Amino acid sequence: MVEISDFYSETAIQWCPGCPNHVILNTLKEALVELGKEPHEICLVSGIGQAAKLPHYMKCNFFNGLHGRALPVATAIAVAQPNLTVIVTTGEGDCYGEGGNHFVHTLRRNPNVTLFVHNNSIYALTKGQASPTTPIGEKRSLNPGGVAQPPLNPLAMAIIHNAAFVARAFALDREQLKTIMIEAIQCKGFSYVDIIQPCITWDPRPLDWFRKNVKHLDSSHDPTDMKKALDATMLPTPPILTGIFFKDGTRPVFGEDFFLETGFSSLTEPPFPSTEDVMGILEKFR
Amino acid sequence: MDVNVVIAGAAGEGIQTVGSIFSKAAARCGFAVFSWQEYESRIRGGLNSYSIRVSTSVRNAPRRDADVLLPLRKEARAKYRSWLNPRGLLIADERDDTDDVTEIFVPFSKLAREKWQNPIYSNIIAVGALWSVIGGDFEVLQLAIEDEFKGKAENIIKSNIEAARDGYLFAEQSCQGICSWKLEKRIEAGQPHRVAFTIAGNPAIALGAVKAGCRFMAAYPMTPATGIITFLAQHRKECKVFTEQAEDEIAAINMAIGAQFAGARAMTATSGGGFSLMVEALSLAGMVEVPVVVVLAQRPGPATGLPTRTAQGDLLFAVHAGHGEFPRAVLAPSDPYDAFHKMVRAFNLADKYQMPVIVMTDQFLADSQFSISNFDVNLAKTETFIASPTEFSTYKRYALTPSGISPRLYPGQSKHLVTADSDEHDEEGHITEDLEGVAVPMMEKRLRKLKALREEMKPPEKFFMEDDVEEVFVGWGSTRGAIFEAVEMLRKDGKRVGALHFTELWPLPELCPLEDFFPQKATITVIEQNATGQFATLLKREFPIGSIKNMLFYNGLPVTAQDIRRSFYGRN
Repeated sequence: MVEISDFYSETAIQWCPGCPNHVILNTLKEALVELGKEPHEICLVSGIGQAAKLPHYMKCNFFNGLHGRALPVATAIAVAQPNLTVIVTTGEGDCYGEGGNHFVHTLRRNPNVTLFVHNNSIYALTKGQASPTTPIGEKRSLNPGGVAQPPLNPLAMAIIHNAAFVARAFALDREQLKTIMIEAIQCKGFSYVDIIQPCITWDPRPLDWFRKNVKHLDSSHDPTDMKKALDATMLPTPPILTGIFFKDGTRPVFGEDFFLETGFSSLTEPPFPSTEDVMGILEKFR
Repeated sequence: MDVNVVIAGAAGEGIQTVGSIFSKAAARCGFAVFSWQEYESRIRGGLNSYSIRVSTSVRNAPRRDADVLLPLRKEARAKYRSWLNPRGLLIADERDDTDDVTEIFVPFSKLAREKWQNPIYSNIIAVGALWSVIGGDFEVLQLAIEDEFKGKAENIIKSNIEAARDGYLFAEQSCQGICSWKLEKRIEAGQPHRVAFTIAGNPAIALGAVKAGCRFMAAYPMTPATGIITFLAQHRKECKVFTEQAEDEIAAINMAIGAQFAGARAMTATSGGGFSLMVEALSLAGMVEVPVVVVLAQRPGPATGLPTRTAQGDLLFAVHAGHGEFPRAVLAPSDPYDAFHKMVRAFNLADKYQMPVIVMTDQFLADSQFSISNFDVNLAKTETFIASPTEFSTYKRYALTPSGISPRLYPGQSKHLVTADSDEHDEEGHITEDLEGVAVPMMEKRLRKLKALREEMKPPEKFFMEDDVEEVFVGWGSTRGAIFEAVEMLRKDGKRVGALHFTELWPLPELCPLEDFFPQKATITVIEQNATGQFATLLKREFPIGSIKNMLFYNGLPVTAQDIRRSFYGRN
């Protein structure tokens, strides 16, 4: 039986005391314990930023790569080793800004990867610049007159691309966060959760503002209805709605056709091709 | 026999089909066939050429002087007329009395229109004419046509054969007393398995990767590298390599690194512009010590440059690409045989030293069809260096070792946890700010790998490096054929030249004693297809060689033996 302590890492945590990232980390461990996943069955993948440090604080396999590039790395790991539970922990600057192109194309690919975006609407590590989800008008160090561009709507992007699982959670609503995490990890294909993670250092809004303005989706919301799911992402904010917006379990998972065709179960176990195998292909060139 | 045939016309006009049928037929006769193409960066139109060199012994080097020129349209005649040898023959669709060339008149467009009621037949009639001019047996051409159109309707194949026969017979009349070639069958036409392989660099690279056990390739299409992933994707059933067209080159290399981290052999391929985008991840591979193989198929830059032309202008870029300092190897195969074996070596080296390996080709090697009699596939030994989990009670991915190589496991292989961090990290892969205690030993550990790596880099191939040598031509990569042929030509002229050819460029191999490679009394001339003498710069930096001369070609066309010979006599 796996226990929370199995995930304990000795690496000292560099996040600010009281940061909701601590809650996300602990909730992720709880979710994995509930799923019965052991550290060696999990591979965390991250880029650069505060959220991207998470893999260091949890005992498991991990790849902490380049800024914005977690998704292509995770996609390939999931194909190479389909038995691994591949989870990307990233921030919104990493995922929607620097790595925006990969976000879009990973939605199209549908790899068996779970993506948790710690969305604090701020570039915290570089000292408080605006991010792709900073509200319009908010004053930031590079936008002294207020942010002019409207924030990205990543949930809408995911829904219109038929992502397998699209949800939003709130770091301080631990019960719902855990439920969503469990369902996201269980779901085959690309599961995406945007997690509202207020920055206690740079965000002008106090935590209480979030507690008041973050609301659950209506209990009647049907996540299999794409149109309704999309509508729910377009409502004026606040309130910021959380819950499972959309689910589509019908799409083929990235790479499964290759495994069906070859009979392989991973890309690591097949033996190297023989001389005869290669000579057979070379015959095309006579 | 050594005949160079040049077919010229607009893109999309059928040069490919004509060239391919002619090459197949010549190969079926048992001749060595080498062909190369130069083309403009467009899908239709423009003026392109397909040069086919047919020889008794293997001549895997380009010629730009045509013994026979077949222009498929008038504009092509004007553009390529200057390639024709003084004694060369021109197969003319229309007569031109103002040109004092020896014309073999075969009105292939007129025949196509009038007899076949379809202009599309003009190319196949032209092939027939060409085959006749060269003195080939029609029966062999027929087999090549059947091969080319395999899968098409029987009546279409039959009409094409008959149209080719028209061209063949017409030319036979026209060239009586003019053409002296006789392409005698050196083997029976019905025995294709004794024919040499006719293969370009790109598929040979793909096959080398297959032999090396590559299971994953991600790439973004970019000329001239695209042919590699195309081959693997189109032959997925046999090659069993998972291929993915990435959204950009950044994703491509990060995917390859991800797959390698997870224990699968993986690669990517691109050209200069895409490689520029990959550079940050190259540095990542160096830092996280994940093996990755990157094929860099060169074309002239800077920026978009000449997208469909050839060059060797990215050598110093490849050697230095990436921020920070980390080991890497740079290889540059000379031909498809070498490319096949170099890919296996690239994967072995990457795996052994847990670092990026860059394999440099160029448009010339990528696209040209070489004649390879035997690939010696059994000599390509695939080695793996992944450790066994049972060796460890506790496992540290970045354990400090005397060689600098830490035993590598992959995630999911066992209960041992495997980590990777682009930050400077400790032995367990965790982010560190401990400068003296961790950062310095880690940097030194990674760079320690260079010592053994350098010791196993292969010295250059020697050609006519005899005691009398007064000038040494030094080359690297795909120019081997041209340089060696130039040495042969100049030796016939009585010049005491020899050549050194490098295919393992970084780290440069140890050359002991240096005198055996760079004799003090000899002139050292480095021949490369770039404008600044990049390999010469590298040699000067790494070896105490007195003076080095440059012989540089950077017009986008592959360098030929004649080019080198002309430069040899034309300098000073």
